[in-house]
Amino acid sequence: MSAPLTKTPAPLPEELAAPERTGRRGAALVQRLVVARELGILAALVLLVVVTVIANPRFLSGQNVRDLLLSAAILTVLAAGQTMVIITRNVDLSVGSVLGLSAYATGTLLVVAPDLPLVVAVLAGMAVGAACGLINGAIVATAGVPSLVVTLGTLYAFRGLDSLWASSADRLQINAADLPSGFKSLGTARLLGVPVLFLVAVVVVVVVGYYLRTFRSGRELYGIGSAPEAARLSGIPVGKRVLTAFVVNGALAGLAGVLYAARFQTLDTTAGTGQELFVVAACVVGGVAIFGGSGSVYGAALGALLLTTIGTALPQLGLDPFWRDAAVGALILAAIALDRALQLRLAARLRGRNARSDR
Amino acid sequence: MDHAPAPAAPPATGQVVLALEDVGKSFGAVAALRGAQLELRAGEAHALVGENGAGKSTLVKILAGVHGPDTGRVLLDGQPVTLADPAAARAAGIAVIYQEPTLFPDLSVAENIFMGRQPLLSGRRIDRRGLAERCRALFERLGVALDPDRPARGLSIADQQMVEIAKALSFDARVLVMDEPTAALSGVEVERLFAVARSLRASGAAVLFISHRFDEVFDLCDRITVMRDGQWVSTDLARDLTVDQVVRRMVGREVSSLFPKTDVEPGEVVLEVRGLTRRGVFSDVSFDVRAGEIVALAGLVGAGRSEIVRAVFGIDPYDAGSVRVSGKALRKGDPAAAMAAGIALVPEDRRQQGLVMELSVERNATLTRRWKLARGGLLSSRAERASAAEWSKRLQVKAGRLSDPVSTLSGGNQQKVVLAKWLSTEPTVLIVDEPTRGIDVGTKSEVHRLMSQLAAEGLAVVMVSSELPEVLGMADRVLVVSEGRLVDDIPRARADEDSVMLAATGQAAAGVSR
Repeated sequence: MSAPLTKTPAPLPEELAAPERTGRRGAALVQRLVVARELGILAALVLLVVVTVIANPRFLSGQNVRDLLLSAAILTVLAAGQTMVIITRNVDLSVGSVLGLSAYATGTLLVVAPDLPLVVAVLAGMAVGAACGLINGAIVATAGVPSLVVTLGTLYAFRGLDSLWASSADRLQINAADLPSGFKSLGTARLLGVPVLFLVAVVVVVVVGYYLRTFRSGRELYGIGSAPEAARLSGIPVGKRVLTAFVVNGALAGLAGVLYAARFQTLDTTAGTGQELFVVAACVVGGVAIFGGSGSVYGAALGALLLTTIGTALPQLGLDPFWRDAAVGALILAAIALDRALQLRLAARLRGRNARSDR
Repeated sequence: MDHAPAPAAPPATGQVVLALEDVGKSFGAVAALRGAQLELRAGEAHALVGENGAGKSTLVKILAGVHGPDTGRVLLDGQPVTLADPAAARAAGIAVIYQEPTLFPDLSVAENIFMGRQPLLSGRRIDRRGLAERCRALFERLGVALDPDRPARGLSIADQQMVEIAKALSFDARVLVMDEPTAALSGVEVERLFAVARSLRASGAAVLFISHRFDEVFDLCDRITVMRDGQWVSTDLARDLTVDQVVRRMVGREVSSLFPKTDVEPGEVVLEVRGLTRRGVFSDVSFDVRAGEIVALAGLVGAGRSEIVRAVFGIDPYDAGSVRVSGKALRKGDPAAAMAAGIALVPEDRRQQGLVMELSVERNATLTRRWKLARGGLLSSRAERASAAEWSKRLQVKAGRLSDPVSTLSGGNQQKVVLAKWLSTEPTVLIVDEPTRGIDVGTKSEVHRLMSQLAAEGLAVVMVSSELPEVLGMADRVLVVSEGRLVDDIPRARADEDSVMLAATGQAAAGVSR
């Protein structure tokens, strides 16, 4: 396209120049709100840990913490991917089935070819997940069907595929004995005392978080979720971005499947069943708005950590683990209440500012 | 308005930047544009005027790359181009400010302005500091005191419009299209906007300005293109035109005798509205409607007509004023009370507000009477069917079976079902909002005949309509609404296209005592 003609528009007349600026008092208000939200979850997490430690000092023992981090790792990876999808005002309910399919695929691959390099196995699991995500995303982006319905369908479809494969291959379960030891050690390996699986999750969260905040296409995901019609009008390739979000989420669910295989080492076709809603819960608790447009992957990761911690802390507090679901439910409601309160506060502050900047 | 002396409008001799040639666009059976043309020159401000439904917004959407034309060509610098999507239009240097701001409420103001065009550091990373700085610089140029870091949520409409303007300004647009940008702005803000438009024009951009406010059109623009019914009417230098000439060209057609309102001796006052005010939407609206009378609320889209009738019926709240039906005060914000008092409202959007599209014709037609038709809390399908059958016969609804979903009916027949639904409540006041929008001519005159007949039977009818011929043909009195105020009350004898349009665009307001 030819160069614009309007390089330096004439300055505006003097009398129309800016009235007194409101200054930087509210700099990065949006950002501060996100941080406030994340601090809220962090506070809840700390409170939970402190209470549990008081009740049972061994809660913070090395092995206990490592187990906790291992359990949280898988949920965190899923939550990171899900965040990208939810931000675009979509949801992916098929991630539990994708995890199962990818775990089974990776396990089968390693049983058939035990000498395969670890990296190849991981990439294969992620590729299976990405393919599933491509199917989800392509249907959502092209057919204009709500993602809730599409991924509800693929939740069953992918699980069915998994079962079909397992029964036709006559390998309904893959046991630890069938898996190469190199792969199994991934599940227990530590780096400076920290489980490697957890470090993988941390890397995923940081990379996704950095991407969402720092790249144009990442910001466009927020735009799409915040106002889909406005996104279209401002030239954002909505279909392409949504498709990408689903593919990345699928790949991360695939990675979660590999992590699952490495951690549990016993794989059947029920792996990951029911995880999808737990993942969405982690995101919501972490401040990712279910209608898109706001929230961060760090919050979602904290949400995943908090939900996992509740699961392990309740028995330590002498409570029946059956209380976990009730606690998770209460937490979701509390998170929604917190979101609402923060929103009202923000609205009130912005109103005050409007009043100042109006003549 | 009092303006700083504007630089003498240069004659439109600049190079043609963007042109539309013989553009046609249809949506289904409705032709929104037929043989439309437009020519924008560098360094000119060009006005596009026309009545509601003249095709202006469709034309804007073609320029913005939202719709592709069915026929005709878009020329950029004399070369045919395809504006396949909004991104292509942007790449071509066309910035569009829509009537309704299109912002991302969750993102910061700065991000809203630079979405997709954020300044980058190495590795394609967004330069956040640069982003805020460029945003501040833009605001300084615009004279706006907005914090670039605040979210767009909660901005006033005027501030949102300013963000849109900053957005357009930020990508050095060669063509700036403004679709009624001033509707929500105050005087100072309009001035600021015009200063921006003038400075863009001075630096060689083409500005397309769409507005119903003639003072602004003549104040800002060098040339004026008039459209009517999706067609190009004329393009002239503004200084060669008068407001009267423009209005006549906008209206231009014969008032057809399609709409036969029989004369009725009006009876008692049935509906009494006094000082109705909803802050920021309409203010101090007072009128009476008598039995047997059809009163039209005319005015431009967005003038507040639908909002007034919605408040009267109780769907929307109001801050001050009163509504009385047959002498009895009506509780505000209570549609059920309004129905009980004998008001019926046929809403503007029949698909969204008037009907439950998936339900059958008979279910829809009896929705308002489901309690009366019920026995012991249970709806009797026989009573439902009988009632629906009676009304669809009276209104000549053409439906295969009454048990068919209402979505299978044509637009005109759907409208009849909505009418049946409300007429079966035996109202004393019937409010109809755009009664014939999007329905074919034949059904249209049936609806009109029906309304006339109902008025003759003693019903008080309030009609909101954007179609002037319909207003002039049907109404005993025309109440003209402009920017949330009743500006004129024109009796049938005096009502013609010029008088209504002039009042609606605020031209005649000075001559009317309020």
